[in-house]
Amino acid sequence: MAPSGERILEVRDLVKHFPLTQGIVLKRQIGAIKAVDGVSFDLHRGETLGVVGESGCGKSTLAKLLMALERPTSGGVTINGQDMTKARGAELKRMRRNIQMVMQDPYTSLNPRMTVGDIIGEPFEIHTDVAPKGDRRRKVQELLEVVGLNPEHINRYPHQFSGGQRQRIGIARGLALQPEIIICDEPVSALDVSIQAQVMNLLERLQEEFNLAYIFIAHDLSVVRHISDRVAVMYLGKIVELGKDEAIYERSAHPYTQALLSAVPVPDPEGRESRERIILQGDPPSPADPPSGCRFRTRCWKAQDICAEQEPLLEVRAGGHLSACHFAEAHDVIHA
Amino acid sequence: MSNPSIDTHPLEAEATTEPLLVVDNLHVEFTTRQGLVRAVNGVSYTVNAGESLAVLGESGSGKSVTAQAIMGILDMPPARIPKGEVRFRGTDMLKLSDQARSQIRGQRIAMIFQDALSALNPVFTVGWQISEMFRVHRGMSKRDGMRKAVELMDRVRIPAAKNRVNDYPHQFSGGMRQRIMIAMSIALDPEVLIADEPTTALDVTVQAQIMDLLAELQRESNMGLILITHDLGVVADVADKIAVMYAGRIVEHAPVHDLYKTPAHPYSKGLLDSIPRVDMKGQELYAIKGLPPNLLDMPSGCAFHPRCPYRRDNCVTDVPPLYEISGTRGSACHYYREVLDGTLG
Repeated sequence: MAPSGERILEVRDLVKHFPLTQGIVLKRQIGAIKAVDGVSFDLHRGETLGVVGESGCGKSTLAKLLMALERPTSGGVTINGQDMTKARGAELKRMRRNIQMVMQDPYTSLNPRMTVGDIIGEPFEIHTDVAPKGDRRRKVQELLEVVGLNPEHINRYPHQFSGGQRQRIGIARGLALQPEIIICDEPVSALDVSIQAQVMNLLERLQEEFNLAYIFIAHDLSVVRHISDRVAVMYLGKIVELGKDEAIYERSAHPYTQALLSAVPVPDPEGRESRERIILQGDPPSPADPPSGCRFRTRCWKAQDICAEQEPLLEVRAGGHLSACHFAEAHDVIHA
Repeated sequence: MSNPSIDTHPLEAEATTEPLLVVDNLHVEFTTRQGLVRAVNGVSYTVNAGESLAVLGESGSGKSVTAQAIMGILDMPPARIPKGEVRFRGTDMLKLSDQARSQIRGQRIAMIFQDALSALNPVFTVGWQISEMFRVHRGMSKRDGMRKAVELMDRVRIPAAKNRVNDYPHQFSGGMRQRIMIAMSIALDPEVLIADEPTTALDVTVQAQIMDLLAELQRESNMGLILITHDLGVVADVADKIAVMYAGRIVEHAPVHDLYKTPAHPYSKGLLDSIPRVDMKGQELYAIKGLPPNLLDMPSGCAFHPRCPYRRDNCVTDVPPLYEISGTRGSACHYYREVLDGTLG
């Protein structure tokens, strides 16, 4: 699917710093965790934007900011032309209807004391105008059918379902309010391999059926490639590279993206001895005290003096897409 | 062979013909309130020195239980091993006394667990925990043990090991903790190393570092490695041979190149086909339909038959034996020839 539709989500210079405090009574701020630090992108109707990055890079904080579960330190999130970061009360509630989330862990994200019908129907309790009370049961059964579950199981409890089926329940809950945008935070990583493909196919079918836009957060690069139209690579609170999926996977220009791609084990033993492997040294630095200039420079093999002094901006560089490296150079890591 | 020299270790007496470690027709069952769960049903595999065997399977396939049975760390009861042997250098370990077994466990066969944070003790320093191996098994003094701990931390490439030996587990990142686990497991130069999902909890770039480290340690010391995983990518990277497990049985075993090129069991074929590929973008992924079976209520005949696209009538009634395809390959499918040729549909 090409991003044919109009722009429905606009994220501009989004920043979220969590204060670090010391002392119990007199809390003094001694610093900040820069979880998301200046992220900008657009999302179009019916499009999937994949977000990849390692733990601690800020991708889940980004999801929370887009859901307005966290308030940004600065920057804007605009949905259909309306700025969500400034919205309050009833206005915010209305905007939230339009953007829903599917969580990673289907075992902890469903209340074990509620029936499936109550879980999927709960959004209707909050947004009472979507479905009148008498109509809700039928709506929930429709949703169960849409995600491939038996509508007669409406009175069952989550523990009576398998992991893959629970994830379907989570997806049904996300669909209940007919949103235009769904944020999927690692939707298949907790599932068995043979079940992952089933859930991926379901997400793709729903996208086509309801013209949904997805923000697909995951660490499995082959899964992200399969479903995404465009991919954003995050490192330590910033997007370091953003482009169409084939640009990122075949002409990646940022050294971090190249290292990430080369680290992914290829499920084919053919030629494994000759495969190019970029093994990064060390762990990502702490987001409380990121390196000056380019944040990746402490682990980068291309780093020079300029990388410490000047922060590389996310702009069109080698490869013809956005990347944030002074020494960007398009390189096909996977087929090399 | 017939006349072993007197000063060899008793375990090495018959070591010349047998592979390093042989799991032979192992059965493990658990007594639960709901009934008897047969978690492992006649699993057999072998590992030679310097060889990497990958055991591939989903949750509940019995891959970890098999490893725990080898190590002798199953809780019995509720677990029971009604049948089978685990021969290490020719000696059946299941028949050894607890004391004789603890001489092997940790020293000659060691194990790395998935979650390094919960496998390490939070109230002792990492140096203390690594040196414990030397104090307990080698009777070293605290000081010598600590010196050895620093050496090992260097060997698994923890930067500034000398300064960090007195740190606690929570002060390390996930990748570094896994390195400490590896340091503990290789402390006494084991001959077999069992790694149970060693990188599942880690990021990809850190995963690459750890797999790299394991491969290098294996080259240095010629260990036999059993890698338990669900990740087809990791397997393709490091394994020499694979055993695919489903519902407590090995459904296919093969050298790694053969299995990826021409799988001989519908389950392995289904797993390989469901990997997203570049040329398949925008198309529907192949998905194995249905769910893994409930071990309390196993399907009749072949356990995979309710999900199998190639199912025939006798699959429902007859349990397929592990057919031998060649000296190094086997498949537990009645129609493995057709799966291999791709003529079943």
